[in-house]
Formats: sequence, structure tokens, C-alpha cells
Amino acid sequence: MIAQLAVQGAQMLSVLLLAPLLIGFVRKVKARLVRRQGPSLIQPYRDLVRLMRKEVVLADNASWLFRVTPYLIFAATWVAAALVPTFATGLEFSWTADLIVIVALLGSARFFQALAGMDVGTSFGGLGASREVMIASLAEPAMLLIVFSLALLAGATQLSTVAAFMGSPQVGLRVSLGMSLIAMVMVAIAENARIPVDNPATHLELTMVHEAMILEYSGRHLAMIELATFLKLLLYMSLISCVFLPWGLDSGGTGPKSLAIGAAAYLCKLTVLAILLAVFETAVAKMRVFRVPDFLGAALMLALLGTLLLFVSRSL
Amino acid sequence: MNSTVPLLLCGPAAFLATAIMAAAASRLAAATRLVYGATLVISAVLLATAAGHLAGNPGEASATLPLGLPWTGARFRLDGLSAFFLVVVNLGGTITSLYGLGYGRHESQPHRVLPFYPAFLAGMNLVVLANDAFSFLLSWEFMSLASWALVMAHHRDEANRRAGYIYLVMASFGTMALLLAFGLLAGPAGTYAFDAMRTAHPGPFAAGAVLVLMLLGAGSKAGLVPLHAWLPLAHPAAPSHVSALMSGIMTKVALYGFVRVVFDLLGEPAWWSGVAVLLIGGVTAVLGILHALMEKDLKRLLAYSTIENIGVIFASLGLALAFKANGMPSAAALAFTAALFHVLNHSFFKSLLFFGAGAVLTATGERDMEKLGGLIHRLPVTSFVFLIGCVSISALPPFNGFASEWLVFQAILRSPELPQWGLKVMVPAVGGMLALSAALAAACFVKAFGITFLGRARSVAVERAHEVDRWSLAAMAVLAAFCLLAGILPGFVIDSLSTVTLPLVGERMPVQMAQPWLSIVPIAESRSSYNGLLVFVFITISASLAAFFIHRFASHALRRGIAWGCGFTDAVPAAQYTAVSFAQPIRRVFGGFAFRSRETVKMPAPGALEPARLKVEMHDVAWEVFYQPITGAIGFATERLNQLQFLTIRRYLTLVFLYLIILLLVLALWP
Repeated sequence: MIAQLAVQGAQMLSVLLLAPLLIGFVRKVKARLVRRQGPSLIQPYRDLVRLMRKEVVLADNASWLFRVTPYLIFAATWVAAALVPTFATGLEFSWTADLIVIVALLGSARFFQALAGMDVGTSFGGLGASREVMIASLAEPAMLLIVFSLALLAGATQLSTVAAFMGSPQVGLRVSLGMSLIAMVMVAIAENARIPVDNPATHLELTMVHEAMILEYSGRHLAMIELATFLKLLLYMSLISCVFLPWGLDSGGTGPKSLAIGAAAYLCKLTVLAILLAVFETAVAKMRVFRVPDFLGAALMLALLGTLLLFVSRSL
Repeated sequence: MNSTVPLLLCGPAAFLATAIMAAAASRLAAATRLVYGATLVISAVLLATAAGHLAGNPGEASATLPLGLPWTGARFRLDGLSAFFLVVVNLGGTITSLYGLGYGRHESQPHRVLPFYPAFLAGMNLVVLANDAFSFLLSWEFMSLASWALVMAHHRDEANRRAGYIYLVMASFGTMALLLAFGLLAGPAGTYAFDAMRTAHPGPFAAGAVLVLMLLGAGSKAGLVPLHAWLPLAHPAAPSHVSALMSGIMTKVALYGFVRVVFDLLGEPAWWSGVAVLLIGGVTAVLGILHALMEKDLKRLLAYSTIENIGVIFASLGLALAFKANGMPSAAALAFTAALFHVLNHSFFKSLLFFGAGAVLTATGERDMEKLGGLIHRLPVTSFVFLIGCVSISALPPFNGFASEWLVFQAILRSPELPQWGLKVMVPAVGGMLALSAALAAACFVKAFGITFLGRARSVAVERAHEVDRWSLAAMAVLAAFCLLAGILPGFVIDSLSTVTLPLVGERMPVQMAQPWLSIVPIAESRSSYNGLLVFVFITISASLAAFFIHRFASHALRRGIAWGCGFTDAVPAAQYTAVSFAQPIRRVFGGFAFRSRETVKMPAPGALEPARLKVEMHDVAWEVFYQPITGAIGFATERLNQLQFLTIRRYLTLVFLYLIILLLVLALWP
């Protein structure tokens, strides 16, 4: 029990501490790809500390909701990130929430973020919020269909069960899994506001979505939201690696050696995914806002096809 | 326990007595308080009795009163299903009466509301208790007429009169379908008692016809697409607490009628009945919420969102039918429990949201969201509870809407075990539709809350708004608490629903309160689980940890300044995002097929000083495809028949003569 709790606690702390490093790494690789020196790996930590020290400039008519939202977003994202197996499955509290709950927790965070964007009453906030809910209205069903096809294969929506099943030899090579993987990557790109859906580095008014919603935030509030954004990227990378790259995962209670292997494997997976993300983002251009529905519609269709194909392949 | 039903029947009788008293005394100053106080007490007593029956599970009880048709009498019966719906009706009635104690005082014409309000409650209670077709239809019509009178309370408004007219037409149509359905169920023997219908199993063709007629009859009352056209007109037209009753409770009574006939009286379902209900449910959910997103009237938005939730419930009932038809009782119990749980949840948050809309209406006199904004500063308590309602209805954890939708999704995951290909392919597709409607619901309620309560005030009325009275606030706070409680302790609700599911689908969900840490599990052997309580605790702990950490280590400095407006610092409030502009991206994505929407931009010639114009064209497809041809055909036929009024006497005599000849011919040729 104590050991289990310790593993769970270590997981919660490690995602929190790793998330800024991951962002720093992605930024570094992106900079190196265009032959820039790039900021240091620990720059995101420095940014967070600097933001914490600064004063908050609050718009005149900001309400209590505006001030509470950063903590809610952070808490919902952190809880969701802590429930995704990173280096060990069979976490003490993994039965608290399944994959549907994790998706819905991120939905809660987005719900409050969109509301906060509308709180001050500037056009930017409304613009960001309305575009964000449009993107989410397509990304969430796509994600849920992916969950369906995974759950149909593994027999449960519990992530530990799914990961254990995907690691077992009975999974085989399936077309529908490939489709789910592609769909999940597309959803992850949209959810994390990465190129080509949104540009995390832009502050150009007409193209931004995520940044437009948080434009009025500053100081410690902004730090919380930034940290939640970092956590979300880490969450999706952990999700992809635990479902589609389940090698080396510690299956719970098998001693420090296998935990160490799990941790090392996890770090390798993150590194590979981060490099892939950076290469992808450097290679493609951002698309127009109204092309995003096509992009996500493709993800939705892929996920649905994957689910339907599963029925065909299962019954034959 | 044979005294339970007569005791329960005293409730509607007391409601009717209150209605008569209200009709006599509605012009007195104290009438409002008296009527709502009386209905509050009566509903609370009924609620306690029904809840006791549901929890104690003493089986069923029935009673026959020497009323109605002389050779049948009026039969009433209480079983698990009736008890559950009695709980829903009277919980809604209790809290709505509490709200009415405050809200009713702002009513300009109380004599048009007070007599019908208790009558409406009486009608809904009687429908749920009725045990023969005659009492059922009579109570059903009584409920419809009482609610129609409430819709027409402010009849000087042209739009309300139109809403009332369409409601009356659709209600009559629905009752006609129900009448035919009961006629088929009664069979040639003409046994109108439900007990007799339950044992007489109709043939496959008759059963199919009954299902279609129930979808038409109960579905038109509940708001299934395409029979929903009256609902977004009529529900908002009534005073807000009655809107809450109509949207939150009366649609549930319609669902009760559907469940009673299709799950109880009709016997074993055919597998394709599941397909039909599932598909209609999925389509209703998506179209309902898309319509809600396009709305800028707060109460109409809520009415459209009711259609969405009814779609979710029907889809879940369709799943239960499909599982039941294929002999999978544990999966059927899961889907059926999910549907009933969502019935309860929807009655909570929809009533809460309509109360909130009523509070906004009282405080500002506005229903149009584009004239609201910034109410979070003026109505702090209302905005907080309304926010809880929005979060719950958007199916976000840890609130109740999520718990029931989670169960629906878990039920969908049992679909691979179904043998029929049609169902196998249909169920994931409908699952995708439900996921889409859940995501769109979140978007819709971001819009509803954001435009109404956040941002800057768009009219003077908002700047003068004051928080509403304590009765209304208490009613809303109670509902908000229920939303949270049902979300974090879903196991308690699921366990008490076992009394309902056992007799109807032959199985119950596994006992939830025995699970460790109050988790819920959909199927005993499945490894999926959800624990709303722990999710709530985790979020609270991590938010507090973050707040504590920030408080301890980060800077406390805070400065107020003007918002960043790109240099335009004195932008008028009208330049904010509005309800229509917020929904514009979604309209561009989904509007093409859902509304045949088109946007045309008219730019002035270069140098011309007139403004550019954006024109948005949207069509209500259901209205144009289903209603306009029918009304057109009726109009055409009546125009033609009208000519018969202006014939000469010789032509009339010829007509009579011809008619006689035809009749005689028919009689002669009839085998």
C-alpha cells in the first residue's frame, strides 16, 4: 500500500517536474533544426519562476471566475496527467478514472479556459474561446471514438488494462490500430495547439486560438496556465507511448529494477516523440482556421473507420 | 402496503383542490404564497412516499376507483417504475414550488398561472400512476391542457399565442397516436387495463405499429426530432418555473409513457426496434444541440438543449431494447439504468438552468443574450449556481451529467457482443453522435454562460440588475447541490434504480455501494470503473495545493488596469463577441447540412460610404420538410372543400343521392 502510494506520488511529482523540461527540449530541437542556438533546456523553468515573481495585472472588470480559473485548469490537467501510466501501470488510484474520464477532465479544463477568455469582454477572448470550442467539438468525439476502438480491443476503458493488453502478444498487427494511432496524433496536435492547427509561439492576433484566450493573464495566473499547457503536452505524449509503445512499462509491484527500466524506457519514448514533434512542426505550415475542421474531420473519420474495421476483422 | 396507492391518490386530489381554491382566490395578495406553499407541501409528501417505496421495495400496490367509465373503473398502480418517476415529478414539483414562492411574486397576471400550476402537477402525477388506458389518456390530456394554459399565460404576446396554437395541435396529434397505440394493445377483446395488456402479447406487426405510434405519441411530447417543432416555442413561452417543469419534468413523464408501453406492456422487443430508437435518439441529440448553439434567446437555448438530452436518453433506451431483444440482460440493465439516471440528472440541471434564466429575466427583463453580459458582477449567487448547472449539463466530471453519460458510453462498449450486423455498425456510429453532441453541449454552455454572465454589460438593464429573492436562490442552491451529490455519489442512485430495472429488463447493475471507495462499475466482470468522489477530492486537493504553493512562494502583488484592446482602449461593449458571432465557427462547420445555412457578404463599391453587410440565411429543415408540406396539403384540401359551401340546392340533393347510391353499392358488394 505504502509502496503503491509512493509510486503514485512519484508519478504525480515526476509529471509536474518533467513537463517544462519536455517543452524546453522541443523548443531546443526546433531551434537547432533551423540552425539557431535556441534557449537553454531549463528556460521554461526560469520563465515559470519569473512569472511567479511578477505582479498580476488584472483587467478592470475581471470577475472571481477569472482569478479561480488558472487553479482549476491546473488542477484538472494535473489530475488527468497523473492518471496516465508513465513508467508503471497498475497505479494505486488508476481505477479512479478511465480513459473517458481523462478526456473529460481535459474537457473541464478547456471549458473553464474558454469561459475565462470571455470574462474580460474583449474581442480576443471571445475569438479564442469560440474557435477553441469549435476545435474541441470535433477533437473530443474523435478522441472518444479512439477510446472506443481501444476499449473494444482490450475489453475495458481502464488505461492500465489497455496498456497491459497492448503489451501482450495477442494484440497482433491491426489496420484499425494504425488508424487509431494516426487519429490520436492528429487529435493530440489539435488539443495541444501545435502547428498546423495553432501556433504556440505566435501573438499575431488573427491567427491565434489558445493564446487569444489567455491574452489577459499575467504573473502567477499565467504561470499556472502555462504549466497546465506543458502538462497537457506531456499527458498526450505519455498517453500515446503507454497505449501504442507499451514496452518496458512496469506492471506494478515488481521491484525497483523494473521501475528503473520503466523510467528509462519512458524517458526514451518522450525523447523520440519530442524530436518527431519538433521535426513535424518545422516541416509543415500552419493552416487557416477553417481548414482545421477538415483536418479534425479526417481524424474523426479515421477513428470511426478504425472502430468499424475492428468489427469486420473481429468476426472473420 | 395497500394503503400506499390511495394515499398517493390523495396527492393529485389535493392538487386539484388547490387549483380550485386558486381559481377562486387568485386575485388575493396572499394567493401566490398560499398556492405555492400548498403545492410545496403536497409534493414533498408525495416525494417522501414514493422515495420510501423505491428504497423499501415492497413490490407493487394497486387500487381501483369507481370513477371514469362505469364498466372499467379507474385503475391505479404503483411499482418500481412509477415510484421512480413519481420521485422525479415530485422532486421537481417541490423545488419548483419553492422557487415559485419567490418568483411567482413578480408575475403580472397571477390569476392566469396559479390555478393551472397545481392542476399541471396533478396531471403529471396521475399519468405516472394510471393503470389503464382510459385513465392514462385522460390524465395525459389533462396534463397537456394544463400546461397549454400555462403557455398561454401571457397570451397578449403574438409569439406566445402562436406557440400555444402549435403546442395544442402537436399535443392532440400525440394523444391521437397514443390512442391508436392503446387500441392496438387492447386488441379485439378491448381490454383497456394495463394488467390485461401485459399478458396479451400482440403479433409482430401490431407490436411494430405500437412502437411507431409510441415514438410518435410519446416522442412528440418529449421532443424527438422531427416532432420537436413545438417544444422550443412552447417551453420558453411559459413563466420560467413552469418552463422548468415542462422541460425538466413533463418530457420525463412522456418518457415514462414510452418506457411503460415499450418495456412493460409490449413484452419481448424485436431487435430492429432497438435500431429505430437508437438512430432517432442519436439524430435528435445532435440536431437538438446544434439548434441550441444557434440560439440567442436564453430560454429557447435551454429548450433546444432539452431536445438533445431527450435524444441521449432515447439512444440509451434503444440500446437497452437491443440488448434485451438479444438476451443480454446485464448489458440491458446497464443501458436502462444509464437512461433513467440521465432522466433524473436532466431534471436537476435543466430545472436549475431554467430557474437561472428566470432569475436573469426577473433581474433584467431580458431573455435575449445579446442584451445581457457581465451579470456575474450583479448576480453573484445566481451566476455561481448557473455555472454549476452549465458544468453539469456539459457532462464534465465530477458533476452528475458526466456520471450518466459515462454509463451510456460503457453500455455502448458492450455492443460487439450483439449478433446483428445492423446493430454492430449502428451502435458505434450512434456513440460517435453522442460524443459529438456532448462536445457541442459543452460549446453551447460556454456560450450560454459566457455571453450572459461574463464580459461587459450590453444594456442599461444589466447595470441596474439586483440579485433575486432568497426563495429562488434557495431552490437553485438545492438543485446545484443535487447536481454535485449525484455526480460524486452515483452508486447510491444506481443502487436505488435496481427496483426499476429488475422487473423490466430482468437484471440489475452490480451492487455499487459495496464497491471499494464508492466507485461505480458498469458490469461486474468488467475492469472499467469511475469514482466521482475521488476525482472531486483529487481536483480539490491539487487546486488547494497549487493555491497554497502560490500563496506561500509567489508574488502577491496585484494591479487593476484596462484590458488590452490592441490600442483601441475604449471599445464599446457592443464590440464584444455576441451569441451569434460566438457560434459562427460552428455554424460554418455544421450549418451546411443541419440548417442549409448560407452567408453572403455584400461589400460596397470602392469609395461608397454605405456599410458592408453580412447576411446569414438559416433554415429549419424539419419545419420545411415535414410541417410545411402537411400544412400546405391541409390548406389546399380545405380550400377545395370550401367550395362545397356555396352550391345550389339541386347540387346538394344530387350529392346526397350519389352518396346513397355509393353506400348501397358498397353494401351490396361487401362479401
